[in-house]
Formats: sequence, structure tokens, C-alpha cells
Amino acid sequence: MTPLLFVLTTFGIALVAGLFGSLLGLGGGIIVVPALTLVMHVDIRLAIGASIISVIATSSGAAAAYVRERLTNLRVAMFLELGTTAGAITGALIAGRIHPRWLFILFGAILGWSALAMLRHRSVEPTDATAPLSRKLRLSSSYFDEVLDREVPYKVARPETGLVLMYGAGIVSGLLGVGSGALKVPSMDLAMRLPIKVSTATSNFMIGVTAAASAGVYFARGQVDPFIAAPVAIGVLTGALGGSMLLPRVESHVVRRLFVGALVIISIQMLFKGIVG
Amino acid sequence: MAEADPRKLIESAIIIILRAGVAISVTIIAVGLVMTFIHHHDYFSSRPALGSLIDPRESYTASVSSVIEGARQGRGQSIVMIGILVLIATPVVRVATSIALFAAERDGVYVAITSVVLLLLILSFVIGAAG
Repeated sequence: MTPLLFVLTTFGIALVAGLFGSLLGLGGGIIVVPALTLVMHVDIRLAIGASIISVIATSSGAAAAYVRERLTNLRVAMFLELGTTAGAITGALIAGRIHPRWLFILFGAILGWSALAMLRHRSVEPTDATAPLSRKLRLSSSYFDEVLDREVPYKVARPETGLVLMYGAGIVSGLLGVGSGALKVPSMDLAMRLPIKVSTATSNFMIGVTAAASAGVYFARGQVDPFIAAPVAIGVLTGALGGSMLLPRVESHVVRRLFVGALVIISIQMLFKGIVG
Repeated sequence: MAEADPRKLIESAIIIILRAGVAISVTIIAVGLVMTFIHHHDYFSSRPALGSLIDPRESYTASVSSVIEGARQGRGQSIVMIGILVLIATPVVRVATSIALFAAERDGVYVAITSVVLLLLILSFVIGAAG
């Protein structure tokens, strides 16, 4: 493969990753890492460095639109970022002391369970019970749903549980460099009872900060190869822009199903990594 | 619109920062990529050239000063790295600006929350640089 073809193909992969990542609140690592390693024969460490760039690009590329559309709950995002950044640091500190194999298995199992839970729950819409902390932080809000053509108000349940779960999500992303969005969305959905589009948009907003916290490490270790990162960044940003225009117009249950599908794929990837190596 | 004005101020500021960060980084990365190809005509056709470009044993200028030095000399890949660094910095700038905006709103709780997030972010960079 010539360098030119490499750049063009990587751009195409990144475009798809940015589109789906921005719709589902994920970083696009599930697409970028396997595609780069298996199809483009890139070294795994450089692929992970590129995927961190992909996470930040997905977040920044779509976040402006989501904030403008009020799909992102800024207060929830900023409150939960306490947990994810603290977790990312914990993860960086204990890295090397825990064998990644068990983490991959644990992470894969948690995601598999989350996928099942998200499929079964939620015929019931958001709870009415507002937690005292939720009131104090003024977390509850509303967004305008273009599909329903009406304002959808929602309350935010169990912010403390959400914060603890985000701490866990931060540890995982700090340790494994992957999948923080995959844990953030189920936490907001199952524990905090946010509407699915708000969950994915708010996760999208937060993953940029979590990834920026680890990007410094990857950069310092020389894992960010400019020749790979360039087409990844431009492709993902373009794809994320497209995704951000799409999300307001997609029906919630479609977003939910796509997300559960992505969770199952990530779960299998993680279990495979943990068991086979 | 029932919303109070300050909330809109924060939203618009965040939107501007994100858009500017994305626009600046994409432009710099694209320029760097084009320059890489201008300096190395063989990248259009040579297959072996790719090997050294994505070789994990190469060190990808892992310090900010060496990136700036390379960009000064017009090295395409160093220019790309500057764009990547702008991309990485965007969320951090977003958090830092939020503190000022919440302070202007006299929203003490959120000033505290975002300040702690920024401190943790800085701490993570320090730990990253040390490790």
C-alpha cells in the first residue's frame, strides 16, 4: 500500500467511526482500533494512540451542535467529569499492578450485562423522584425532540450513583485506554434515567475531557504517529459533524437499539481480548 | 424562551471554543499533511515508504519543544502534531473557560466543581509527563 492510499483509506475508516461514535456517545475506538490493526496492519500501540485522538475528535466535532440543540446536559456533564477525571488518574496510577487480562474480562462482562439491562428496562419513562443532590445542583432539564416535535422535560435520578459509576468508567479508560463512552451511556441511562439522546450527547461531551487526560500520556510515550493521526482526526471530525446533524432527527428507540448493538460488539471484543489474549 | 441569559452565555462560549478548536486544528493538520506529501513525492507511489511512516520503533517526537522546532523547519509531520496538540487542548480550554463563566454567574457550586475537574486534568498531565 502506498502512503497516499493509506491516508485515504484511514480517512474513510475514521469518517465511519466519527459518524457512529458521535451518534452513540462512543469514541469510535471500537472501529478505529480493529480496522487499523487488522486491515491496515498498524502496530497495536500506535492504533491505540490514534484511537485516543479519535475520541477527542468525536467529542469536539459533535459537541458544539449538541450543546446548541440542548441535547447535552452541561451541568450533568460537568458534575460527572469529577468522577471520570478522578478515575482516569486512579487508573493511570494503578496501571501495571493489575493484569489487563482480568480487566478486559470484567469490563466485557459488565458491558454485556449493561446491554441486557438496557434491552429489558425502560418501557417506563423517566422517574419523577428527584434526588436532593439533583435539585441542589439543578441537574434536571429539558430538550426539544425534533422527532416528537415537542419539548421533553426530564428529571435526573441518583446523581451519587452516577458519580461513582463514572469514577469506575474513568478507571477503566485510564487503565485500558478504551471504552469510556461504553460505560458512561449505560450509567446515565440505567442509574440516572436520562433520555437516551441526552445520555449519548452528554457522554459525547464528556469523553473529550477524559481522553484529553490520557492523551498527554500517549503523546509523551510517542504513541501518537502524525501520519496515522492526521487522517484519523480529519476523518473523525468530518464524520462527527455528520452524526451531530443526524442525532436530533433519529428516533430514540433507534439510537437505543444501535447503542445496545455496539455494546454487544464491544463486550465480545473485550472478552475475546481477555480470554484469548 | 424561559431560560435565563447567563446559561445562554455559557452555552455560546462553549460552542465558540469547540468550533474554533476544531477549525484551527483541522486547518493545521491538513496543511501539515499536504506539506508532507509535497516534500516527499515518493509517498504518492512508493509502497515501501509506508513502512517507516507507521513503524512503532520510530519515536514520534514526544515533546512539545521538538514538535515546535520541527514545525519551524517546515516539517509536515511536525505541523500535523501541532494541530493534534490543539485538538487535545480544546477540551481543557473548554473546562478552564467554564470556570470563569460560572464565576461571572456567581454560581459557587459549579465554580468549585469545574475547578476541581481542571485541577485533576492538570494533575493527570503532570503524572503523564512524569511516568
